[in-house]
Amino acid sequence: MQAKVSVRRFNPDEEQPKPYDQQYDIEVEEHFTVLDALIKVREEVDGSLALRCSCRAAICGSCAMRVNGHAVLACKARVSQHLSDDGEVRVEPAGNQPVIKDLVVDLEPFWNKVRAVEPYLQPSLPEPEAEYLAPNEVMLHLVDVMGCIMCGACVSDCTVLEVDPNFLGPAALAKAYRFVADTRDEEDSKRLGLYNGYGGIWDCTRCGECVAACPKGVAPMDRIMALREKAIESGTPPGGYDGAAYGYRHAEAFEEIVSHKGRLEETMLVVKTLGMFNLPKMLGMLPVGLNAMFHRKMPSPFAPTVPGVNQIRRLAARIKMNKDGAAR
Amino acid sequence: MYSHDVLVLGAGLAGMRAALEAARSGANVAMLSKVYPVRSHSNAAQGGINAALTDRGDDWHEHAYDTVKGSDFLGDQDAIEVMCREAGQELINLEHMGVIFNRDDEGRLGTRAFGGQRRARTFFVADITGQAILHVMYEQILKYNVRVYDEWYATTLITDHGRCGGVVAMEMRTGEVHAIRAKAVILATGGLGRVFEPSTNALICTGDGMSLAYRAGAPLMDMEMVQYHPTTLKGSGVLLSEGARGEGAYLINSRGERFMERYAPNMMELASRDVVSRAEITEINEGNDIDGCVLLDCRHLGRAKIMERLMYIHEVAMDLVGVDITKDPVPIRPGVHYQMGGIKTDVDGRCWDPSGGWKGVEGLFAAGETACVSVHGGNRLGANSLLDTVIFGRRSAEAAMDYASANNHLEFSEDNWVGGEKATMQALLDNSGGDLVAKVRLDMATAMDEGLGVYRTEEGMQRALDAVRGMKDRFKNVIVQDKGKAFNTNLIFALELGCMLDCAEAIAVGGIDRKESRGAHSRLDYAARDDENWMKHILLYQGPGDQVTKEYVPIVITQWQPEERKY
Ligand SMILES: Cc1cc2nc3c(=O)[nH]c(=O)nc-3n(C[C@H](O)[C@H](O)[C@H](O)COP(=O)(O)OP(=O)(O)OC[C@H]3O[C@@H](n4cnc5c(N)ncnc54)[C@H](O)[C@@H]3O)c2cc1C
Ligand code: SF4
Ligand code: SF4
Ligand code: FES
Repeated sequence: MQAKVSVRRFNPDEEQPKPYDQQYDIEVEEHFTVLDALIKVREEVDGSLALRCSCRAAICGSCAMRVNGHAVLACKARVSQHLSDDGEVRVEPAGNQPVIKDLVVDLEPFWNKVRAVEPYLQPSLPEPEAEYLAPNEVMLHLVDVMGCIMCGACVSDCTVLEVDPNFLGPAALAKAYRFVADTRDEEDSKRLGLYNGYGGIWDCTRCGECVAACPKGVAPMDRIMALREKAIESGTPPGGYDGAAYGYRHAEAFEEIVSHKGRLEETMLVVKTLGMFNLPKMLGMLPVGLNAMFHRKMPSPFAPTVPGVNQIRRLAARIKMNKDGAAR
Repeated sequence: MYSHDVLVLGAGLAGMRAALEAARSGANVAMLSKVYPVRSHSNAAQGGINAALTDRGDDWHEHAYDTVKGSDFLGDQDAIEVMCREAGQELINLEHMGVIFNRDDEGRLGTRAFGGQRRARTFFVADITGQAILHVMYEQILKYNVRVYDEWYATTLITDHGRCGGVVAMEMRTGEVHAIRAKAVILATGGLGRVFEPSTNALICTGDGMSLAYRAGAPLMDMEMVQYHPTTLKGSGVLLSEGARGEGAYLINSRGERFMERYAPNMMELASRDVVSRAEITEINEGNDIDGCVLLDCRHLGRAKIMERLMYIHEVAMDLVGVDITKDPVPIRPGVHYQMGGIKTDVDGRCWDPSGGWKGVEGLFAAGETACVSVHGGNRLGANSLLDTVIFGRRSAEAAMDYASANNHLEFSEDNWVGGEKATMQALLDNSGGDLVAKVRLDMATAMDEGLGVYRTEEGMQRALDAVRGMKDRFKNVIVQDKGKAFNTNLIFALELGCMLDCAEAIAVGGIDRKESRGAHSRLDYAARDDENWMKHILLYQGPGDQVTKEYVPIVITQWQPEERKY
């Protein structure tokens, strides 16, 4: 079968480097993955094509990239399933990360975020002589999260990272969840305080892109939601990177604004979350705002109340009543 | 110049375990790897890690005996004793670091059965054991803030008068070449599966460390002992773990027979890997095959068990050959998997003999698949390799720290070493009129597969050796199409090919030399094991000139005399 493999290329060695598309017409076999096709190009046609790959079996996490606009593992995506009607498949580097060369992106920001969640077991009690005892169900549940191969496909397609590079992002937060859910780790409240902060669990918009992109079924968004639940349940005290409970306030402000205006006013949300007079932090949000504006995602600060707002207010009141009732 | 007391090359399990040990002791240690640590090939280990836990009624002597027998009595028994005795503690260490292991009903670590062992002593995390351990090890590396040279490619060991004092390496992102000074260097660069085609190994398994050490004057030992794994996927050669058979899967031929009945009536599918691989090839050669393959049948295990314990295999079989193993048997055949041989070391990872029995390179250490201690001898038992990496990774770090505190840095001229390396690279870049790198690699790998497969003959091996030597000449003119500096993977493949050719030659030379059948080395022209003449290791040194020098050292026997090997 013939395939037109169109690759977004970038060569930093050029004097004025610019991304450009290059098409390779090659013969592929039925079982070929996109990675097989790229390797064929690299080995037989154009040795200068740069990409990362190693295991060819969806386990090393090297080959995340965009195929037809969505992040996948190239070694898991069959060419035949991604060909357009005129036999083309489009390959681009993973998103939300600076490109080094061709399909190779800079992973330093990715790893820095992983570092930021304190990604190592922190048992506070002295180690037992033998193993820690732990129920098999807990361990099996964790296996699903440990299935994460740190490929960054989720990060590539995360809609929040597109506008706010400060967001810890799906991969790091899924990793964070692993420690909170691990019965051997005893620093849950400290951790939840940390993840509760600016750039943490409350910044996710629940768009679901990370769940769709993840090749290993880690479902990062679900993990983030589980962390939110745990944070609320535990009434996590003020924490965060600089000691303010932004996350919690974010949720409260969210509720307050929606029940007042019937819609979410994002500018107001920032103000209420960070605190009306927290100038330094608000200045810090400026790039995010500008970036959002640039991407046409900046909400108007003067949005009117929506029609039928009374109904929404009543709804909010009822939810509140039910919640308080249930708590008792 | 960058400078450390201990420099670890490689960030797989062996490398990270070594670096972690050094970091915990407060040593000035750094790790250098051509891929980000968690991309290392250790992540591909699926089945598990062996240890005999006393509180499980197991005994390390039994584990040691199974290992000795599995090795076809080529393993050094002192080293095997060290590994099996320390296994329990190391396993618990891993658990304490945070590895998620499958548990039994009481919440303790659970086990599964593995080939060649009379007892279930393989601890596991579903079928992603390597990944689960590797990622946790990296968590510890982050915790201790170890300096990592991520995506740096080591090209040469810096040596002077038989002592190693650092490496030359290329920072892949920029293409810059640097010298890094270290009092002790630990090689943990993994295996060489890509010398063969097909292979279960990742594209990065190119035997770099073995070649680096060999060129620096250290001997390679038992290189002919290359393991063929019985269950690799049709086509790509990707592995389907022994864990499948450990959980009870069958091997069947085209007539639906469980053919292992005829080859290993007691252990059946769980006989040693060399035994099962030979049985499959015999079936295939006798025409009981389907398209050059036999079948692995998991259906009777049931969907629940498959999805809990063999989920990765399920995923790979689906992705790569479109078979749902809960519904259909999957076509498999033997494929190159593991190098038992490697850089000769003592039980503390030293690549030289302080008492002078054999020579090597002082200040150089090795651990993991790149090393040959030797605990696997002629055939490695499944789940003993991960154990090997963590035990000897730790031990080599201890010895390296001792060495570093007793010695000064080696004096050398950075400019000379870096300049020499740049010249070599430039020469490659300037080539014209030769073959593409991938073409030479494939020709070599195919020749090796033909000449040094599951069954070998003098003639076939000699043909492979001649071919490899021919390819060494072709390599001198090999073409690198990418002339740039940033992330030039094309240049790196060329350098890797140079390393693979060294390894291929050593494998063939060792194979021709060993005139008997032992473990994975199975000769049609010398079909029997010959304890009288061949209870010894083959050491190979590079040089003089184009030649290879051989030396023999006896096998260490402590408690177990050679006996016939039956399963
Ligand atoms: C598919 C598969 C399944 C397996 N399953 C099991 C199992 O279930 N149980 C078991 O015990 N064993 C298993 N094994 C074997 C085991 O996984 C390996 O032998 C072991 O993980 C090797 O670890 P290592 O640390 O020595 O090397 P690796 O993990 O391969 O690491 C090598 C490191 O060296 C670096 N490196 C190499 N060359 C250079 C260079 N020139 N410059 C810089 N860095 C370099 C690499 O970047 C990498 O970080 C399996 C192997 C395979 C292939
Ligand atoms: S669900 Fe949240 S974390 Fe996932 S992609 Fe969307 S915004 Fe990002
Ligand atoms: S969560 Fe999924 S997509 Fe994200 S890094 Fe992990 S494996 Fe990749
Ligand atoms: S090559 Fe390893 S994940 Fe694709």
